[in-house]
Amino acid sequence: MSDSTLRIVWIYPDLLSTYGDRGNLLILGRRAAMRGIPVETYSVRSDQPMPSTADIYLIGGGEDGPQALAAQRLISDGGLHRAVNQGAAVLAVCAGYQLFGHSFFAKGTKCPGLGLLDLSSDRGETRAVGEIRGDIDPRLGLPLLSGFENHGGRTHLGPGVAPLARVTAGIGNDGQTEGAWHGKILGTYSHGPALARNPAIADLLLRWAIGADSLAPVDDTWPDRLRAERLAAAGA
Amino acid sequence: MPLRAKVATSVSKTAAALSRAAGRGDGSVIGGWIGLKIDPELLSHLASGRAIALVSGTNGKTTTTRLAAAALGVLGPVATNSFGANMPTGHTSALAKAGATPFAVLEVDEHYLARVIDETNPRVVALLNLSRDQLDRAKEVAMMAQMWRTALAGHPDVAVVANADDPMVVWAARGASHITWFSAGQRWHDDSFVCPESGDPIERANGDWWCTGCPLRRPQAQWRVEDDGVVDPRGDWHLVKLQLPGTVNIGNAATALAVAAEFGVRPIEALPRLTTVASIAGRYAQVDRDGRNIRLLLAKNPASWLEAFDMAEQAPTLLSINARDPDGFDTSWLYDVDFSPLHDRPVLITGDRAYDLAVRLEVNEIPFRHVSTFEEAVQSVPPGRLEVIANYTAFQDIRAGLDRVN
Repeated sequence: MSDSTLRIVWIYPDLLSTYGDRGNLLILGRRAAMRGIPVETYSVRSDQPMPSTADIYLIGGGEDGPQALAAQRLISDGGLHRAVNQGAAVLAVCAGYQLFGHSFFAKGTKCPGLGLLDLSSDRGETRAVGEIRGDIDPRLGLPLLSGFENHGGRTHLGPGVAPLARVTAGIGNDGQTEGAWHGKILGTYSHGPALARNPAIADLLLRWAIGADSLAPVDDTWPDRLRAERLAAAGA
Repeated sequence: MPLRAKVATSVSKTAAALSRAAGRGDGSVIGGWIGLKIDPELLSHLASGRAIALVSGTNGKTTTTRLAAAALGVLGPVATNSFGANMPTGHTSALAKAGATPFAVLEVDEHYLARVIDETNPRVVALLNLSRDQLDRAKEVAMMAQMWRTALAGHPDVAVVANADDPMVVWAARGASHITWFSAGQRWHDDSFVCPESGDPIERANGDWWCTGCPLRRPQAQWRVEDDGVVDPRGDWHLVKLQLPGTVNIGNAATALAVAAEFGVRPIEALPRLTTVASIAGRYAQVDRDGRNIRLLLAKNPASWLEAFDMAEQAPTLLSINARDPDGFDTSWLYDVDFSPLHDRPVLITGDRAYDLAVRLEVNEIPFRHVSTFEEAVQSVPPGRLEVIANYTAFQDIRAGLDRVN
């Protein structure tokens, strides 16, 4: 954090906000505020320059056309690359996750991605729709991943990234692994407001951004009840 | 009608009656399902000889269908699927049950519009809006617009009545040769930031919109909402008196008047009929129980939640959310809805997915109380108005608890 205020950027909500993606911005802002951390949030549209000095960047899901357009604009803008190189934290979801890799498919065409995660995506034979659950990489020290996935892509990880989780229900990248992790970048197919069911991931992003090993606990009664319900539903 | 179709019609009506008698449902789907098994072309047979209007879109189609059917009633008996059973089975049931009517107004699920146009050869198709709705199952918005466009291009004889305020609808309607535009306003813009023609950003100002990269822009509307009334193509303003709440229903009335006008019904004839519509399959219904005046509002997706908040009075409000098959299994749309209009009233939550709602309301800093049942909700608010806003199956559950109020 460059000064006392935490800056969170939501990347291109005009293009990538298919289903409740705003939730991640709201949840991060709320959980920071509950710890007394001053927060400023910015929704940066695709016709605006991407700032490179924010602390956390969020990018969401979208349809093929907007996904390809978003990748093009982010590559030509360069601000997000500078931010990542300066150590910004990122949560990339669905289409936003795919475009962080080397390449992805949109409308049947292979499109260049940002190359910020060592992975590439293509189309699966079936659409992955439903509850997803996974064991998160133990080095991150987080509880089970819970989410809802809805995507037609399959993602192949290179040696430069670790899977975010091992899948125990659902498809994720390929039926075995789900999402990716490298440095302070997290990618996931747990779509839309992924942080609603995974407050520990929200807190991880906040800790990365402010350089803290821990945060003051908050009342997670309702998120815990939601998690317990959905983790059980995914196992059924 | 061919003999096979006659038999199918008769069996279909019997099955619907049995379903109602058994308390298993409205009978609005099962009869059509059986009829179509016997005669796959039954819908075409039942449609032939009738002047038909189809009403489709993501939101408002049930209400608009009901209003348009009321308006067309000026001309004679109208068949309609007034229970919201909006797929071909429902259309078949509705037409079979109605017998030979000169007119029909049918609500059509947006996914089935192309097929139902093919099978019913309608005189008029009304296109209301396209926004996100159950993306775990539904086609994405742009794909839906493409399907509509292709369907209309194949039927140049159909008169299209379309919403000038929704870029997706305007683009889809451009496939038609006879178009009447209405303006009912659009509160929800999140699905039309990007031009469906060119992919460029869409700009908006003062109710107008235009693509920044191609000629697509808002057409001039012949019918539009002004204050609590509707302006017709001649420029005459008509007061719209409805029993249904909210400005969104003035817009639905404008659409219904535009549809009726395609059949030659004048607004001045249709308006008294619109006033008679009090509730639609439980929507907007008011029920008195234990001193509480319970009003039921259905909200299925982000756009319709915003409209429900606009209609609801500042009174204790129960929100109920399920995520069963007809609702879609995904609840992430909760974050596309801003719940802050509820800040000024007591909020109760219930339903299969109340915990999703609880987490969402916490993020919005809205205090709430979780109740296990609808009865508990009724008992825990003071006498007076209780607003109930629920999504599809949650709404049906509550309606069943109120003796299937219509």
